[in-house]
Amino acid sequence: MPTNHVQPETVEFDVRTDEMLINMGPQHPSTHGVLRLVLQTDGEVVNEVTPHIGYLHRCAEKIGENLTPRQFLPYTDRLDYLAGINMNLGWALCVEKLLGLKVSEKTRHLRVIMAELGRIASHLVAAGCYGLDLGSFTPYMWAFREREHIINLFEDVCGARLTYNYITVGGVTADLPTGWLQKCETFLDQFEPVIDELHALLTNNAIFIRRAANIGTLSPAMAIDYGCTGPVLRGSGVDWDMRRDGEPFYTEMYDGYTWQVIAPVDGKYPTDHPYPPVPPEAVVGDSWHRFFVRMLEVVQSMFLVRQAMEKYSQAAGDVDAPVALKKKLSRAEAYLETEAPKGQMGFMGVGDGSAVPWRVRIRSSSFCNLSVLPELCRGTLVADIPAIVGSLDLVLGEIDR
Amino acid sequence: MNAQEIHARLHRPFRPWLLSHDFEAIDPWLEVSAEGLPDIGRYLRDQADLSFDMLHCITAIDYFESDPEKAAQAPWRPHLELVYHLSSIKHRHRLVLKTRSPRWMEDEPGLLPEVSSVCGVWSTADWHEREVFDLMGVYFLGNPGLRRILCPEDWVGHPLRKDYQMPTEYHGIPAR
Repeated sequence: MPTNHVQPETVEFDVRTDEMLINMGPQHPSTHGVLRLVLQTDGEVVNEVTPHIGYLHRCAEKIGENLTPRQFLPYTDRLDYLAGINMNLGWALCVEKLLGLKVSEKTRHLRVIMAELGRIASHLVAAGCYGLDLGSFTPYMWAFREREHIINLFEDVCGARLTYNYITVGGVTADLPTGWLQKCETFLDQFEPVIDELHALLTNNAIFIRRAANIGTLSPAMAIDYGCTGPVLRGSGVDWDMRRDGEPFYTEMYDGYTWQVIAPVDGKYPTDHPYPPVPPEAVVGDSWHRFFVRMLEVVQSMFLVRQAMEKYSQAAGDVDAPVALKKKLSRAEAYLETEAPKGQMGFMGVGDGSAVPWRVRIRSSSFCNLSVLPELCRGTLVADIPAIVGSLDLVLGEIDR
Repeated sequence: MNAQEIHARLHRPFRPWLLSHDFEAIDPWLEVSAEGLPDIGRYLRDQADLSFDMLHCITAIDYFESDPEKAAQAPWRPHLELVYHLSSIKHRHRLVLKTRSPRWMEDEPGLLPEVSSVCGVWSTADWHEREVFDLMGVYFLGNPGLRRILCPEDWVGHPLRKDYQMPTEYHGIPAR
């Protein structure tokens, strides 16, 4: 798959090349952690990419078989450590489904606030690091500056900055401290104009467009075939979001909220925001669109946080306290997927009548998103590999589990 | 379509391979025989009214109890269970397929049980099957690149098995 700017054949026209195996990672900065790629190259052209994973494997599923669900919750923080709160939510909801528990309205809206703030934080890291992968340093610093505010908000709520252990089975560990909503409001107000700056720095930047547009194009059929989810799937134009299309047990959380699924259906995005225009070079399914979907989802999540804060303050009663630490699980199994920032994060709990699950299964979104990489990289240039890997927004803690 | 309708839909072409079902479970499931899995999968994917185009996850569960007293009370005989979570983007319906396999082929510890691979139906199955092979020790017939994915190539044993013994050392590194 040649790029639109440089035809690899013309570059290599009179150069004699040999096939070469190049090892990229596991300590390469653009592989976002400990991913190792073995590239089979012919000059500048990559013929085959083989991902090697497992450097961060801790057998989290086995750990889950030896702890009660609430004891396992801190381990879920360490899966996708850039969106720990969304991992907490996934596991908590899965166990609640197994137990047949429903949380109160107030808890539900509080969870929406947290999940969407987590999504903004994760997408900011994705956007900033993607800029860094493509050689621009400023967006990285700016995105992390904004993420810092969200981390501070989380710290105020639960005391932790990365591994929150906050949304837990049956409820949340603590209600919001006084004045928190005001702080969150202030953050959203000052963050809104920054998004335009990030769009100016990256989305509409001519250099960025030339590095990302029409690179690593993923067709909708292939995305579905490889189980790609989240912004990777939606970037290919598939209108699919677990928050709308998931199981009722999960989608009920977003009942009464106004929002749209961000996906370029028939090449067009929903138009309720003054989005920057799509450059003519970009084709649906390429790295640029995956990045753009994330940027639009940040705006969407802000909108959802504002709605959730409103609903939370109007809801009567208290937030729910967690269930007992050693609450017995019924002899049943439950599987639930939630829309985490990186894609559909699935948890499965199998109970055997005791307090400790018989089996815990974690379906990782990045794991499936990574598995399509060999298809995306076949025939591209070596310099495009970071542009493709970065656009998938991988977190190895989640892939290796 | 719900699981009951899908079961009725599969009944005519695949009757001998449909073993049991539970429509009252939290996630309703159908159990099919291991050798029929690829054909049923292809049918589920290709029929226009079913179009199960996405395989979410393959889970293996080890039902085994090493304590003889507890094993006598367990409501199952030792076996492995594979669970396939499918959904259709077009019709927005879901299905859980299950299949059973013995823990070891011919009850010979060390001989991995064999199950037909579905990676010809859904490409994502390739990595999921490698993971199940690595951690649970199921050999998938027809998977072209079946090798360990999360553990090192020279790792011994399958860690998610209930009778797995953690090694005391690995290449001179104490593991306990």
